Amino acid sequence: MPRPAVISPLADEGGLTPAQQRFYAASQWQLIWWRFRKHRLAMVSLWFLLAGYATIPFVEFLSPYNLRMLHPDFVYFPPQPVHVFHEGRFVGPFVYGHTMTINMENLKREYGEDRSRRYRVRLLVRGEPYWVWGLWRSDLHLFGVEEGGTLFLLGTDRLGRDMLSRLISAARVSLTVGLVGITVSFVLALILGGLSGYYGGKIDIAIQRLIEVIRSFPELPLWMALSAAIPPRVDPILVYMGITIILGLIEWTGLARSVRGKLLAVREEDFALAAALMGGSPAYVIRRHLLPAFTSHLIVSATLSIPRMILGETALSFLGLGLRPPITSWGVLLSEAQNMNAVALYPWLMFPVAMVVLTVLAFNFMGDGLRDAADPYA
Amino acid sequence: MLTYVVHRLLLMIPTLLLMSLLTFVIINLPPGNYLETLIGELRASGETADLQKVEFLRKQYGLDQPVLVQYWRWLTGLFRGDLGYSFEYDRPVSAIIGERLALTFVVSAGAILFTWVVAFPIGVYSATHKYSWADHGLTFLGFLGLATPNFLLALIVMFVFFTWFGVSAGGLFSLGMESAPWGWAKVVDLLQHLLIPVVVIGTSGTATMIRRLRANLLDELKKPYVVTARAKGLPPGRLLLKYPLRIALNPFISDIGNLLPEVISGSVIVSIVLSLPTTGPMLLRALRTQDMYLAGSFLMLLAVLSVLGVLLSDLALAALDPRIRQGGGRTR
Repeated sequence: MPRPAVISPLADEGGLTPAQQRFYAASQWQLIWWRFRKHRLAMVSLWFLLAGYATIPFVEFLSPYNLRMLHPDFVYFPPQPVHVFHEGRFVGPFVYGHTMTINMENLKREYGEDRSRRYRVRLLVRGEPYWVWGLWRSDLHLFGVEEGGTLFLLGTDRLGRDMLSRLISAARVSLTVGLVGITVSFVLALILGGLSGYYGGKIDIAIQRLIEVIRSFPELPLWMALSAAIPPRVDPILVYMGITIILGLIEWTGLARSVRGKLLAVREEDFALAAALMGGSPAYVIRRHLLPAFTSHLIVSATLSIPRMILGETALSFLGLGLRPPITSWGVLLSEAQNMNAVALYPWLMFPVAMVVLTVLAFNFMGDGLRDAADPYA
Repeated sequence: MLTYVVHRLLLMIPTLLLMSLLTFVIINLPPGNYLETLIGELRASGETADLQKVEFLRKQYGLDQPVLVQYWRWLTGLFRGDLGYSFEYDRPVSAIIGERLALTFVVSAGAILFTWVVAFPIGVYSATHKYSWADHGLTFLGFLGLATPNFLLALIVMFVFFTWFGVSAGGLFSLGMESAPWGWAKVVDLLQHLLIPVVVIGTSGTATMIRRLRANLLDELKKPYVVTARAKGLPPGRLLLKYPLRIALNPFISDIGNLLPEVISGSVIVSIVLSLPTTGPMLLRALRTQDMYLAGSFLMLLAVLSVLGVLLSDLALAALDPRIRQGGGRTR
């Protein structure tokens, strides 16, 4: 990695402004952060993703209804608007009551607004009870509606389950799949890419061939075949683990390639030779001296492969080969949107598509920003 | 050139062998197999005539033998064109999958063609009109195309067609055409239905290709020889076509290697959503019912298809770029 000569701040302190001093004294990670901060789209994406991940521990509190609570009287209820004005007067957020008729021609339920009844939307209301982290019971929800009213902001599905609540709790699964999967593939990539790059020779050839074979396999059929091997009557948690491991098992190749490439470059540096001459074992030299030289690049590659895993899980669950209820991910929700007749009548079933696309976009923008910032000395 | 071709072909042998091993391991992963389930069912219903046939199949494919023997039989069978037996369809695999694979090939080739035809003008325009409004707009569209997974795009297209036009966007043939014998009318019908799947599958590859072409061309346009040519008064169109564009075109060929597995992956899931008569739906079904030879053949042949694609792109690249054929190795 070519580096410009860094002027020591101590040598010539008089000639530097405080800002320049700060710049020269900053660590590599600080420089990366400063540069990343300038990338506006990447920052927005970062906050979006942080907010998404922050909901994970508080899913039940944030969602107005419980994930699996059925509301048989409100099957395929359309998204409800929240009003602020009633007959031209400001009354604060509320929703109207509803009427239901059954269209005798196509037997479709038709819901209408009943303007004579109003229900206030409130913050911190008591609602359906749930377990907090499996430890104690609570019935407090961030927002909800007065007794007697309903608040289905994104409508309900075929069993009358609230879509918004389902989207929020599905986010927990979909977002973590990428993280667990990337951990698996990161470990694999470090070990195999590291061996390949450090030793070279026959080991290198063998590992490179393996990578080539896996990469030239079309990814999705491979994922499908592997996840079809998970027995059908297994605990859903094990299925979740199995799917994430499968995603990681196939995705590591790209990362391993970049590990190898970077290792090949830095192992020729003098400091690597010096460390080896002083008796450092290969594992020690790689860990202590070589890895830190390209950690930032690895993080970029990892960030860019997380969305691929999220998409992989979504695709598998969509096909019915991935996660299965009661575990709910965006893909599981989407598998209900496979029936075009239902989707045409109840378009709000397509909301998970928007969530997936937004998340993937955010990861891509953030990865782009990181890539630009990863090499602050360039 | 000949040495390069031979070298490249020899290199394919271990790759294909490894692939077959991987495929075989995967299709043997699920506990139990189709035949065992079938035998259980037949025993329960007391049918013996079919039982004999099942026993014959079991012997034929060595399912009562150790796994290594089974692999050997399967592998040697592949060379003889015997892909195994589909237990569910009760016919040899090779008899079932021919047309489906051919249609998969047609759809994939169409998607790559679409990628080229669309990415080329847009990429060139974006590079020559850098940071213009159109460039920003196209870049954003490209990002959106990249972030929208193709099966969700397929779902959206289906939805739009269904609600706005009241017709289904799925299928590769009109009603009644599916079983018709191949002829001019059927080909035309196929081409008409090909548009939607090709666009849906090709979108993300197109987005990648546009970005690649734009970046390459921008690099090239900065070089001194371009400045010199411009200073000497070469007309802009001629200047662009003569050298920079030709160099920037490399990824169009070399990227098939990356594009093809992705396109095939995409075609598998998109064809399930759009219910195309290609490999996707049948593969999914075979995996679900543990019809192991059918699933294995699909996996293996899809892999072979992408390896052949990479080979073709490498050979084309070698033909175009003397550095590669003389170096004897791949530079990518």
